[in-house]
Amino acid sequence: MGLLEVKNLTKAFGGLLAVNDVSFHVEEGEIVGLIGPNGSGKTTTFNCINQFFPVTSGDILFKGKSIIGLKTHKICHLGIGRTFQVVKPLARMTVLENVTASAFCRVNTIKEAKDEALRVLEFCNLADQNDKLAKSLPIAGRKRLEIARSLATKPNLLLLDEVAAGLNPGELDEAIDLIKKIRDNGISILIVEHIMKVIMTISDRIHAINFGQTIAEGIPQEVANNQAVIEAYLGEQHAQG
Amino acid sequence: MKKHIFLIILGILFLIFPLVIRSSYYQHLVIIIFMWVVIGSSWNLLAGYTGQVSFGHAIFFGVGAYTAGIFATKLGISAWWGMMFGGFFSMLVGLFVGWVCFRLRGPYFALATLAGGEIIRLIATNWESLTEGMMGILIIQTFKSKLSYYYISFVLAISCIYVIHLIMKSKWGYYFVSIREDEDAASSLGINTTLYKNISLLVSSFFTGMAGAFYMNYMAFIDPEVVFSLHYISIMAILVGIVGGVATIWGPAVGAFVMVGLQETFRSSFFGLAPKWISQAHALVFGLLVIFVIMFLANGIVGDWGKIKQHVFRMKPSSS
Repeated sequence: MGLLEVKNLTKAFGGLLAVNDVSFHVEEGEIVGLIGPNGSGKTTTFNCINQFFPVTSGDILFKGKSIIGLKTHKICHLGIGRTFQVVKPLARMTVLENVTASAFCRVNTIKEAKDEALRVLEFCNLADQNDKLAKSLPIAGRKRLEIARSLATKPNLLLLDEVAAGLNPGELDEAIDLIKKIRDNGISILIVEHIMKVIMTISDRIHAINFGQTIAEGIPQEVANNQAVIEAYLGEQHAQG
Repeated sequence: MKKHIFLIILGILFLIFPLVIRSSYYQHLVIIIFMWVVIGSSWNLLAGYTGQVSFGHAIFFGVGAYTAGIFATKLGISAWWGMMFGGFFSMLVGLFVGWVCFRLRGPYFALATLAGGEIIRLIATNWESLTEGMMGILIIQTFKSKLSYYYISFVLAISCIYVIHLIMKSKWGYYFVSIREDEDAASSLGINTTLYKNISLLVSSFFTGMAGAFYMNYMAFIDPEVVFSLHYISIMAILVGIVGGVATIWGPAVGAFVMVGLQETFRSSFFGLAPKWISQAHALVFGLLVIFVIMFLANGIVGDWGKIKQHVFRMKPSSS
Protein backbone atom coordinates (compact mmCIF):
# COMPACT_ATOMS: atom_id res chain seq x y z
CA MET A 1 0.00 0.00 0.00
CA GLY A 2 1.41 3.35 -1.00
CA LEU A 3 1.72 6.42 1.16
CA LEU A 4 -0.42 8.38 -1.27
CA GLU A 5 -2.79 6.72 -3.67
CA VAL A 6 -4.66 8.73 -6.25
CA LYS A 7 -7.43 6.66 -7.79
CA ASN A 8 -9.26 7.69 -10.95
CA LEU A 9 -9.00 11.34 -10.01
CA THR A 10 -11.22 13.58 -12.15
CA LYS A 11 -11.61 17.33 -11.83
CA ALA A 12 -13.94 19.25 -14.13
CA PHE A 13 -14.25 23.02 -14.37
CA GLY A 14 -17.62 23.32 -16.06
CA GLY A 15 -17.25 21.32 -19.27
CA LEU A 16 -13.47 21.28 -19.15
CA LEU A 17 -11.87 18.15 -17.79
CA ALA A 18 -8.66 19.49 -16.26
CA VAL A 19 -7.79 16.13 -14.76
CA ASN A 20 -9.38 13.07 -16.30
CA ASP A 21 -9.25 9.66 -14.64
CA VAL A 22 -5.65 9.91 -13.41
CA SER A 23 -4.31 7.22 -11.08
CA PHE A 24 -0.89 7.00 -9.51
CA HIS A 25 0.71 6.33 -6.17
CA VAL A 26 3.70 7.41 -4.13
CA GLU A 27 5.51 4.87 -1.96
CA GLU A 28 7.24 5.66 1.30
CA GLY A 29 10.66 7.26 0.70
CA GLU A 30 10.11 7.69 -3.02
CA ILE A 31 10.44 10.67 -5.31
CA VAL A 32 7.79 10.63 -7.99
CA GLY A 33 7.88 13.12 -10.83
CA LEU A 34 4.71 14.43 -12.38
CA ILE A 35 5.35 15.87 -15.83
CA GLY A 36 3.34 17.16 -18.73
CA PRO A 37 3.16 20.15 -21.05
CA ASN A 38 1.68 23.44 -19.88
CA GLY A 39 -1.95 23.20 -18.95
CA SER A 40 -1.94 19.43 -18.69
CA GLY A 41 -3.37 19.43 -15.17
CA LYS A 42 -0.36 19.05 -12.91
CA THR A 43 -1.05 21.94 -10.56
CA THR A 44 -4.75 21.09 -10.60
CA THR A 45 -3.80 17.62 -9.36
CA PHE A 46 -1.90 19.25 -6.50
CA ASN A 47 -4.80 21.52 -5.70
CA CYS A 48 -7.04 18.46 -5.56
CA ILE A 49 -4.66 16.58 -3.28
CA ASN A 50 -4.53 19.36 -0.72
CA GLN A 51 -8.21 20.06 -1.23
CA PHE A 52 -8.10 23.60 -2.50
CA PHE A 53 -10.62 22.36 -5.04
CA PRO A 54 -13.39 19.88 -4.42
CA VAL A 55 -12.76 16.74 -6.47
CA THR A 56 -15.32 15.88 -9.15
CA SER A 57 -14.86 12.12 -8.84
CA GLY A 58 -12.27 9.57 -7.85
CA ASP A 59 -10.53 9.05 -4.54
CA ILE A 60 -7.33 10.15 -2.85
CA LEU A 61 -5.96 7.95 -0.07
CA PHE A 62 -3.24 9.12 2.30
CA LYS A 63 -1.82 6.49 4.68
CA GLY A 64 -4.73 4.32 3.58
CA LYS A 65 -7.48 6.78 4.47
CA SER A 66 -9.52 8.89 2.11
CA ILE A 67 -8.82 12.61 2.40
CA ILE A 68 -11.61 13.73 0.10
CA GLY A 69 -13.70 16.51 1.62
CA LEU A 70 -11.24 17.46 4.36
CA LYS A 71 -10.25 21.10 4.83
CA THR A 72 -6.88 22.25 3.47
CA HIS A 73 -5.43 22.88 6.92
CA LYS A 74 -6.44 19.35 8.00
CA ILE A 75 -4.52 17.90 5.06
CA CYS A 76 -1.44 19.70 6.31
CA HIS A 77 -1.93 18.33 9.83
CA LEU A 78 -2.23 14.81 8.39
CA GLY A 79 1.25 15.22 6.92
CA ILE A 80 1.05 16.57 3.39
CA GLY A 81 3.06 19.74 2.82
CA ARG A 82 3.06 21.69 -0.40
CA THR A 83 4.80 24.55 -2.13
CA PHE A 84 3.26 26.87 -4.67
CA GLN A 85 4.35 27.32 -8.26
CA VAL A 86 3.56 31.01 -7.99
CA VAL A 87 5.39 31.54 -4.71
CA LYS A 88 3.30 32.86 -1.85
CA PRO A 89 5.73 34.32 0.68
CA LEU A 90 4.13 35.96 3.71
CA ALA A 91 5.63 39.16 2.39
CA ARG A 92 5.69 41.50 5.38
CA MET A 93 6.99 38.88 7.78
CA THR A 94 10.64 37.98 8.14
CA VAL A 95 11.94 34.68 6.82
CA LEU A 96 12.15 33.35 10.37
CA GLU A 97 8.58 34.44 11.14
CA ASN A 98 7.34 32.77 7.97
CA VAL A 99 8.78 29.44 9.01
CA THR A 100 7.87 29.89 12.68
CA ALA A 101 4.23 30.42 11.75
CA SER A 102 4.15 27.11 9.94
CA ALA A 103 6.11 25.28 12.67
CA PHE A 104 3.15 25.94 14.99
CA CYS A 105 1.46 23.18 13.03
CA ARG A 106 3.20 20.63 15.30
CA VAL A 107 4.22 22.55 18.42
CA ASN A 108 2.52 25.05 20.67
CA THR A 109 5.05 27.29 22.35
CA ILE A 110 6.94 30.13 20.72
CA LYS A 111 10.27 28.69 21.78
CA GLU A 112 9.69 25.26 20.26
CA ALA A 113 8.37 26.79 17.05
CA LYS A 114 11.36 29.12 16.74
CA ASP A 115 13.83 26.32 17.41
CA GLU A 116 12.16 24.15 14.80
CA ALA A 117 12.15 27.06 12.33
CA LEU A 118 15.85 27.74 12.91
CA ARG A 119 16.63 24.07 12.40
CA VAL A 120 14.67 23.95 9.12
CA LEU A 121 16.22 27.19 7.86
CA GLU A 122 19.66 25.81 8.60
CA PHE A 123 18.73 22.65 6.69
CA CYS A 124 17.59 24.72 3.70
CA ASN A 125 20.67 26.97 3.75
CA LEU A 126 18.54 30.01 4.48
CA ALA A 127 19.77 30.68 8.01
CA ASP A 128 21.74 33.77 7.00
CA GLN A 129 18.52 35.37 5.68
CA ASN A 130 16.52 34.91 8.90
CA ASP A 131 15.89 38.57 9.62
CA LYS A 132 15.12 39.68 6.09
CA LEU A 133 11.56 40.38 5.05
CA ALA A 134 10.26 37.60 2.85
CA LYS A 135 9.42 40.07 0.10
CA SER A 136 13.05 41.16 -0.16
CA LEU A 137 14.26 37.67 -1.12
CA PRO A 138 15.19 36.95 -4.75
CA ILE A 139 13.31 34.19 -6.54
CA ALA A 140 15.73 31.42 -5.56
CA GLY A 141 15.36 32.44 -1.91
CA ARG A 142 11.60 32.54 -2.17
CA LYS A 143 11.49 29.04 -3.63
CA ARG A 144 13.69 27.84 -0.79
CA LEU A 145 11.45 29.61 1.70
CA GLU A 146 8.45 27.78 0.23
CA ILE A 147 10.24 24.50 0.86
CA ALA A 148 11.41 25.51 4.34
CA ARG A 149 7.91 26.58 5.31
CA SER A 150 6.33 23.33 4.24
CA LEU A 151 9.13 21.31 5.87
CA ALA A 152 8.45 23.05 9.18
CA THR A 153 5.01 21.44 9.22
CA LYS A 154 6.85 18.08 9.42
CA PRO A 155 5.19 16.41 6.45
CA ASN A 156 5.45 12.75 5.45
CA LEU A 157 4.79 13.72 1.87
CA LEU A 158 5.88 16.91 0.20
CA LEU A 159 4.26 18.23 -2.96
CA LEU A 160 6.78 20.41 -4.79
CA ASP A 161 5.31 22.56 -7.55
CA GLU A 162 8.05 23.78 -9.91
CA VAL A 163 10.55 24.66 -7.22
CA ALA A 164 13.35 24.83 -9.78
CA ALA A 165 11.67 27.13 -12.30
CA GLY A 166 13.49 30.42 -12.82
CA LEU A 167 16.73 29.32 -11.15
CA ASN A 168 20.18 29.69 -12.71
CA PRO A 169 22.38 26.57 -13.22
CA GLY A 170 24.22 26.97 -9.91
CA GLU A 171 21.01 27.40 -7.97
CA LEU A 172 19.55 24.44 -9.84
CA ASP A 173 22.24 22.09 -8.53
CA GLU A 174 21.65 23.39 -5.01
CA ALA A 175 17.93 22.78 -5.41
CA ILE A 176 18.55 19.21 -6.58
CA ASP A 177 20.82 18.59 -3.58
CA LEU A 178 18.21 20.00 -1.23
CA ILE A 179 15.45 17.79 -2.65
CA LYS A 180 17.66 14.72 -2.32
CA LYS A 181 18.51 15.72 1.24
CA ILE A 182 14.82 15.98 2.06
CA ARG A 183 14.18 12.49 0.71
CA ASP A 184 17.12 11.14 2.71
CA ASN A 185 15.34 12.46 5.79
CA GLY A 186 12.51 10.04 5.06
CA ILE A 187 10.07 12.41 3.40
CA SER A 188 8.40 11.17 0.24
CA ILE A 189 8.14 13.66 -2.57
CA LEU A 190 5.76 14.25 -5.43
CA ILE A 191 7.33 16.82 -7.72
CA VAL A 192 6.03 18.77 -10.68
CA GLU A 193 8.82 20.15 -12.80
CA HIS A 194 9.50 21.28 -16.34
CA ILE A 195 13.24 21.28 -16.11
CA MET A 196 14.26 17.82 -17.34
CA LYS A 197 17.67 17.96 -15.69
CA VAL A 198 15.93 18.08 -12.32
CA ILE A 199 13.16 15.62 -12.95
CA MET A 200 15.33 13.02 -14.70
CA THR A 201 18.08 13.03 -12.09
CA ILE A 202 16.04 12.84 -8.93
CA SER A 203 12.86 10.94 -9.76
CA ASP A 204 12.52 7.26 -8.93
CA ARG A 205 9.46 7.07 -11.14
CA ILE A 206 7.77 9.50 -13.48
CA HIS A 207 4.12 9.90 -14.27
CA ALA A 208 3.41 11.83 -17.47
CA ILE A 209 0.06 13.44 -18.21
CA ASN A 210 -1.31 15.45 -21.11
CA PHE A 211 -4.73 17.08 -21.40
CA GLY A 212 -5.50 15.70 -17.96
CA GLN A 213 -4.89 12.08 -18.92
CA THR A 214 -2.09 9.69 -18.13
CA ILE A 215 0.11 9.07 -21.17
CA ALA A 216 3.04 7.22 -19.65
CA GLU A 217 4.40 5.91 -16.40
CA GLY A 218 7.66 4.28 -15.39
CA ILE A 219 11.30 4.88 -14.56
CA PRO A 220 12.80 8.08 -16.07
CA GLN A 221 14.51 6.39 -19.07
CA GLU A 222 11.35 4.58 -20.09
CA VAL A 223 9.26 7.72 -19.94
CA ALA A 224 11.86 9.77 -21.79
CA ASN A 225 11.77 7.28 -24.68
CA ASN A 226 8.01 6.86 -24.65
CA GLN A 227 6.42 7.78 -28.02
CA ALA A 228 3.39 9.47 -26.45
CA VAL A 229 5.57 11.64 -24.21
CA ILE A 230 7.82 12.74 -27.07
CA GLU A 231 4.74 13.52 -29.13
CA ALA A 232 3.22 15.58 -26.32
CA TYR A 233 6.38 17.62 -25.83
CA LEU A 234 7.90 17.85 -29.30
CA GLY A 235 5.13 17.11 -31.79
CA GLU A 236 4.30 14.14 -34.04
CA GLN A 237 7.30 14.28 -36.42
CA HIS A 238 9.76 13.75 -33.59
CA ALA A 239 7.74 10.89 -32.23
CA GLN A 240 7.95 8.98 -35.49
CA GLY A 241 11.59 9.72 -36.17
CA MET B 1 14.77 49.26 28.63
CA LYS B 2 14.58 52.90 27.57
CA LYS B 3 11.19 52.17 26.09
CA HIS B 4 9.93 50.60 29.31
CA ILE B 5 10.98 53.60 31.37
CA PHE B 6 9.24 55.89 28.89
CA LEU B 7 6.04 53.86 29.14
CA ILE B 8 6.13 53.81 32.93
CA ILE B 9 6.60 57.59 33.08
CA LEU B 10 3.77 58.03 30.60
CA GLY B 11 1.57 55.76 32.69
CA ILE B 12 2.30 57.70 35.87
CA LEU B 13 1.59 60.99 34.08
CA PHE B 14 -1.82 59.69 33.04
CA LEU B 15 -2.48 58.43 36.57
CA ILE B 16 -1.88 61.83 38.16
CA PHE B 17 -3.32 63.86 35.27
CA PRO B 18 -6.88 64.20 36.64
CA LEU B 19 -5.52 65.05 40.10
CA VAL B 20 -3.49 67.92 38.70
CA ILE B 21 -5.78 69.13 35.92
CA ARG B 22 -9.07 69.67 37.72
CA SER B 23 -10.90 70.99 34.66
CA SER B 24 -13.66 68.50 33.94
CA TYR B 25 -13.53 69.47 30.27
CA TYR B 26 -9.97 68.20 29.82
CA GLN B 27 -10.71 65.15 31.93
CA HIS B 28 -13.66 64.45 29.66
CA LEU B 29 -11.44 64.72 26.59
CA VAL B 30 -8.94 62.21 27.92
CA ILE B 31 -11.74 59.82 28.90
CA ILE B 32 -13.05 59.93 25.32
CA ILE B 33 -9.52 59.41 24.05
CA PHE B 34 -9.10 56.32 26.24
CA MET B 35 -12.38 54.99 24.88
CA TRP B 36 -11.10 55.48 21.34
CA VAL B 37 -7.83 53.78 22.22
CA VAL B 38 -9.91 50.69 23.02
CA ILE B 39 -12.01 50.88 19.85
CA GLY B 40 -9.04 51.71 17.61
CA SER B 41 -6.89 48.92 19.07
CA SER B 42 -9.71 46.41 18.66
CA TRP B 43 -10.24 47.47 15.08
CA ASN B 44 -6.51 47.20 14.53
CA LEU B 45 -6.42 43.61 15.80
CA LEU B 46 -8.95 42.54 13.20
CA ALA B 47 -8.06 44.86 10.31
CA GLY B 48 -4.41 45.69 10.88
CA TYR B 49 -3.06 42.37 12.09
CA THR B 50 -5.51 39.86 10.66
CA GLY B 51 -6.16 41.80 7.44
CA GLN B 52 -9.95 41.69 7.67
CA VAL B 53 -10.85 45.35 7.22
CA SER B 54 -14.06 46.12 9.04
CA PHE B 55 -16.26 49.07 8.11
CA GLY B 56 -18.78 48.08 10.72
CA HIS B 57 -17.24 48.39 14.16
CA ALA B 58 -20.24 50.49 15.15
CA ILE B 59 -22.11 47.17 15.25
CA PHE B 60 -20.10 46.04 18.27
CA PHE B 61 -19.89 49.45 19.88
CA GLY B 62 -23.65 49.93 19.60
CA VAL B 63 -24.52 46.43 20.76
CA GLY B 64 -22.30 46.93 23.81
CA ALA B 65 -23.90 50.28 24.58
CA TYR B 66 -27.44 49.02 24.10
CA THR B 67 -26.79 45.91 26.15
CA ALA B 68 -25.71 48.03 29.09
CA GLY B 69 -28.56 50.47 28.55
CA ILE B 70 -31.29 47.86 28.22
CA PHE B 71 -29.99 45.90 31.20
CA ALA B 72 -30.20 49.05 33.27
CA THR B 73 -33.61 50.31 32.13
CA LYS B 74 -35.52 47.07 31.50
CA LEU B 75 -33.98 44.68 33.99
CA GLY B 76 -32.76 47.12 36.59
CA ILE B 77 -29.30 45.57 36.58
CA SER B 78 -26.50 48.05 37.17
CA ALA B 79 -25.05 49.29 33.90
CA TRP B 80 -21.63 48.33 35.25
CA TRP B 81 -22.61 44.70 35.05
CA GLY B 82 -23.73 45.72 31.61
CA MET B 83 -20.09 46.34 30.77
CA MET B 84 -19.22 42.67 31.08
CA PHE B 85 -22.44 41.68 29.36
CA GLY B 86 -21.89 44.34 26.72
CA GLY B 87 -18.61 42.73 25.72
CA PHE B 88 -20.21 39.31 25.85
CA PHE B 89 -23.22 40.22 23.70
CA SER B 90 -20.94 41.96 21.24
CA MET B 91 -19.06 38.70 20.93
CA LEU B 92 -22.27 36.85 20.19
CA VAL B 93 -23.11 39.36 17.50
CA GLY B 94 -19.50 39.07 16.32
CA LEU B 95 -19.96 35.33 15.97
CA PHE B 96 -22.93 35.92 13.71
CA VAL B 97 -21.18 38.65 11.72
CA GLY B 98 -18.21 36.32 11.24
CA TRP B 99 -20.43 33.45 10.18
CA VAL B 100 -21.99 35.62 7.48
CA CYS B 101 -19.16 37.92 6.42
CA PHE B 102 -16.12 35.62 6.49
CA ARG B 103 -17.48 33.83 3.45
CA LEU B 104 -16.21 36.91 1.67
CA ARG B 105 -12.66 38.13 1.31
CA GLY B 106 -10.94 41.48 1.05
CA PRO B 107 -13.06 44.42 -0.08
CA TYR B 108 -16.19 42.26 -0.18
CA PHE B 109 -15.79 41.50 3.49
CA ALA B 110 -15.42 45.23 4.16
CA LEU B 111 -18.62 45.99 2.22
CA ALA B 112 -20.50 43.26 4.05
CA THR B 113 -19.55 44.73 7.43
CA LEU B 114 -20.55 48.19 6.17
CA ALA B 115 -23.97 46.82 5.26
CA GLY B 116 -24.16 45.00 8.59
CA GLY B 117 -23.65 48.26 10.43
CA GLU B 118 -26.48 49.95 8.56
CA ILE B 119 -28.79 46.96 9.09
CA ILE B 120 -28.30 46.93 12.83
CA ARG B 121 -28.75 50.71 13.03
CA LEU B 122 -32.13 50.37 11.31
CA ILE B 123 -33.10 47.50 13.60
CA ALA B 124 -32.22 49.59 16.65
CA THR B 125 -34.20 52.52 15.25
CA ASN B 126 -37.33 50.51 14.54
CA TRP B 127 -37.46 47.91 17.32
CA GLU B 128 -38.96 50.44 19.68
CA SER B 129 -40.28 48.00 22.27
CA LEU B 130 -36.70 47.00 23.04
CA THR B 131 -34.60 50.04 22.21
CA GLU B 132 -37.01 52.97 22.52
CA GLY B 133 -36.13 53.76 18.90
CA MET B 134 -35.11 57.33 18.20
CA MET B 135 -36.06 58.32 21.73
CA GLY B 136 -32.88 56.68 22.85
CA ILE B 137 -32.04 55.29 26.27
CA LEU B 138 -31.40 57.52 29.24
CA ILE B 139 -29.93 56.23 32.49
CA ILE B 140 -28.73 57.95 35.62
CA GLN B 141 -24.97 58.29 35.94
CA THR B 142 -23.47 56.33 38.81
CA PHE B 143 -20.71 58.80 39.67
CA LYS B 144 -20.86 62.57 39.96
CA SER B 145 -17.17 63.24 39.51
CA LYS B 146 -15.30 62.38 36.36
CA LEU B 147 -12.46 60.82 38.32
CA SER B 148 -14.03 57.34 38.52
CA TYR B 149 -14.82 57.30 34.82
CA TYR B 150 -11.31 58.46 34.09
CA TYR B 151 -9.68 55.55 35.92
CA ILE B 152 -12.15 52.99 34.59
CA SER B 153 -11.49 54.03 31.00
CA PHE B 154 -7.77 54.13 31.71
CA VAL B 155 -7.77 50.56 32.99
CA LEU B 156 -9.91 49.47 30.07
CA ALA B 157 -7.50 51.04 27.56
CA ILE B 158 -4.41 49.59 29.24
CA SER B 159 -5.89 46.11 29.47
CA CYS B 160 -7.03 46.20 25.86
CA ILE B 161 -3.56 47.13 24.62
CA TYR B 162 -1.93 44.61 26.93
CA VAL B 163 -4.17 41.74 25.86
CA ILE B 164 -3.58 42.51 22.19
CA HIS B 165 0.15 42.73 22.88
CA LEU B 166 0.06 39.26 24.51
CA ILE B 167 -2.00 37.83 21.66
CA MET B 168 0.36 39.17 19.03
CA LYS B 169 3.35 37.59 20.78
CA SER B 170 1.68 34.19 20.82
CA LYS B 171 0.87 31.56 18.24
CA TRP B 172 -2.36 33.42 17.50
CA GLY B 173 -0.38 36.49 16.51
CA TYR B 174 1.69 34.56 13.99
CA TYR B 175 -1.47 33.01 12.62
CA PHE B 176 -3.31 36.33 12.32
CA VAL B 177 -0.47 37.95 10.38
CA SER B 178 -0.07 34.87 8.16
CA ILE B 179 -3.76 35.08 7.28
CA ARG B 180 -3.36 38.76 6.44
CA GLU B 181 -0.40 38.10 4.18
CA ASP B 182 -1.85 35.18 2.25
CA GLU B 183 -4.91 33.22 3.21
CA ASP B 184 -4.27 30.32 0.78
CA ALA B 185 -0.67 29.93 1.86
CA ALA B 186 -1.78 30.08 5.49
CA SER B 187 -4.30 27.28 5.07
CA SER B 188 -1.77 25.10 3.26
CA LEU B 189 0.53 25.58 6.28
CA GLY B 190 -2.07 23.99 8.51
CA ILE B 191 -3.73 27.18 9.74
CA ASN B 192 -7.49 26.92 10.16
CA THR B 193 -8.11 30.32 8.62
CA THR B 194 -11.84 30.45 9.33
CA LEU B 195 -11.31 29.63 13.00
CA TYR B 196 -8.55 32.17 13.53
CA LYS B 197 -10.33 34.96 11.66
CA ASN B 198 -13.26 34.37 13.97
CA ILE B 199 -11.06 34.39 17.06
CA SER B 200 -9.63 37.73 15.98
CA LEU B 201 -13.13 39.08 15.36
CA LEU B 202 -14.38 37.84 18.74
CA VAL B 203 -11.58 39.49 20.71
CA SER B 204 -12.06 42.67 18.68
CA SER B 205 -15.82 42.73 19.18
CA PHE B 206 -15.49 41.97 22.90
CA PHE B 207 -13.35 45.04 23.59
CA THR B 208 -15.36 47.27 21.27
CA GLY B 209 -18.51 46.14 23.08
CA MET B 210 -16.91 46.97 26.42
CA ALA B 211 -16.09 50.43 25.09
CA GLY B 212 -19.70 50.82 23.98
CA ALA B 213 -21.02 49.80 27.38
CA PHE B 214 -18.61 52.21 29.01
CA TYR B 215 -19.94 54.96 26.75
CA MET B 216 -23.47 54.17 27.92
CA ASN B 217 -22.39 54.41 31.54
CA TYR B 218 -20.44 57.57 31.03
CA MET B 219 -22.64 59.60 28.70
CA ALA B 220 -25.85 58.20 30.26
CA PHE B 221 -27.68 58.72 26.98
CA ILE B 222 -27.54 56.84 23.69
CA ASP B 223 -29.60 56.71 20.54
CA PRO B 224 -29.11 54.67 17.34
CA GLU B 225 -27.82 57.64 15.37
CA VAL B 226 -24.92 58.03 17.77
CA VAL B 227 -23.79 54.55 18.74
CA PHE B 228 -24.51 52.83 15.43
CA SER B 229 -23.24 55.77 13.39
CA LEU B 230 -21.22 54.88 10.32
CA HIS B 231 -19.54 58.27 10.35
CA TYR B 232 -18.85 58.79 14.05
CA ILE B 233 -17.98 55.22 15.03
CA SER B 234 -17.14 52.88 12.14
CA ILE B 235 -15.20 55.38 10.02
CA MET B 236 -13.66 57.03 13.06
CA ALA B 237 -12.34 53.62 14.17
CA ILE B 238 -10.67 53.21 10.79
CA LEU B 239 -9.20 56.74 10.93
CA VAL B 240 -7.82 56.18 14.42
CA GLY B 241 -6.18 53.01 13.13
CA ILE B 242 -4.66 54.33 9.93
CA VAL B 243 -3.57 57.72 11.25
CA GLY B 244 -1.85 56.13 14.24
CA GLY B 245 -0.43 53.18 12.38
CA VAL B 246 -2.02 49.97 11.19
CA ALA B 247 -0.59 46.77 12.65
CA THR B 248 1.38 48.48 15.39
CA ILE B 249 0.60 48.08 19.09
CA TRP B 250 0.74 51.79 19.95
CA GLY B 251 -0.56 53.11 16.65
CA PRO B 252 -4.26 53.26 17.54
CA ALA B 253 -3.40 54.85 20.89
CA VAL B 254 -1.53 57.65 19.15
CA GLY B 255 -4.26 57.82 16.51
CA ALA B 256 -6.91 58.23 19.20
CA PHE B 257 -5.08 61.26 20.61
CA VAL B 258 -4.66 62.86 17.22
CA MET B 259 -8.17 62.20 15.98
CA VAL B 260 -10.08 63.09 19.15
CA GLY B 261 -7.82 66.10 19.54
CA LEU B 262 -8.53 67.26 16.01
CA GLN B 263 -12.22 66.58 16.27
CA GLU B 264 -12.49 68.57 19.46
CA THR B 265 -10.34 71.42 18.18
CA PHE B 266 -12.66 71.90 15.26
CA ARG B 267 -15.88 71.19 17.12
CA SER B 268 -15.01 73.99 19.54
CA SER B 269 -13.73 76.28 16.74
CA PHE B 270 -10.16 76.19 18.07
CA PHE B 271 -11.42 76.43 21.64
CA GLY B 272 -13.45 79.51 20.82
CA LEU B 273 -10.55 81.44 19.31
CA ALA B 274 -11.60 81.09 15.67
CA PRO B 275 -14.90 82.12 14.08
CA LYS B 276 -17.81 79.71 14.55
CA TRP B 277 -17.94 78.49 10.95
CA ILE B 278 -14.63 76.69 11.42
CA SER B 279 -16.46 74.00 13.34
CA GLN B 280 -18.22 73.02 10.12
CA ALA B 281 -14.89 72.25 8.50
CA HIS B 282 -13.95 69.21 10.56
CA ALA B 283 -15.06 66.65 7.97
CA LEU B 284 -12.97 68.47 5.37
CA VAL B 285 -9.93 68.41 7.62
CA PHE B 286 -10.38 64.70 8.33
CA GLY B 287 -10.44 64.13 4.58
CA LEU B 288 -7.28 66.15 4.02
CA LEU B 289 -5.59 64.34 6.89
CA VAL B 290 -6.39 60.95 5.40
CA ILE B 291 -4.99 62.05 2.02
CA PHE B 292 -1.86 63.33 3.73
CA VAL B 293 -1.37 60.17 5.76
CA ILE B 294 -1.88 57.89 2.77
CA MET B 295 0.51 59.88 0.60
CA PHE B 296 3.30 60.54 3.07
CA LEU B 297 2.83 58.25 6.06
CA ALA B 298 1.34 55.09 4.60
CA ASN B 299 2.16 53.17 7.78
CA GLY B 300 0.72 55.81 10.09
CA ILE B 301 2.45 57.94 12.68
CA VAL B 302 3.85 55.02 14.68
CA GLY B 303 4.60 52.84 11.65
CA ASP B 304 6.52 55.62 9.93
CA TRP B 305 8.05 57.13 13.06
CA GLY B 306 11.55 56.69 11.65
CA LYS B 307 10.56 58.70 8.60
CA ILE B 308 9.04 61.46 10.75
CA LYS B 309 12.16 61.69 12.90
CA GLN B 310 14.29 61.95 9.78
CA HIS B 311 12.29 64.64 7.99
CA VAL B 312 10.71 66.66 10.78
CA PHE B 313 13.32 66.53 13.49
CA ARG B 314 16.29 66.21 11.09
CA MET B 315 17.55 63.19 12.95
CA LYS B 316 19.65 60.46 11.38
CA PRO B 317 17.60 57.31 10.73
CA SER B 318 18.46 54.70 13.31
CA SER B 319 20.26 51.74 11.83
CA SER B 320 17.85 48.84 11.83
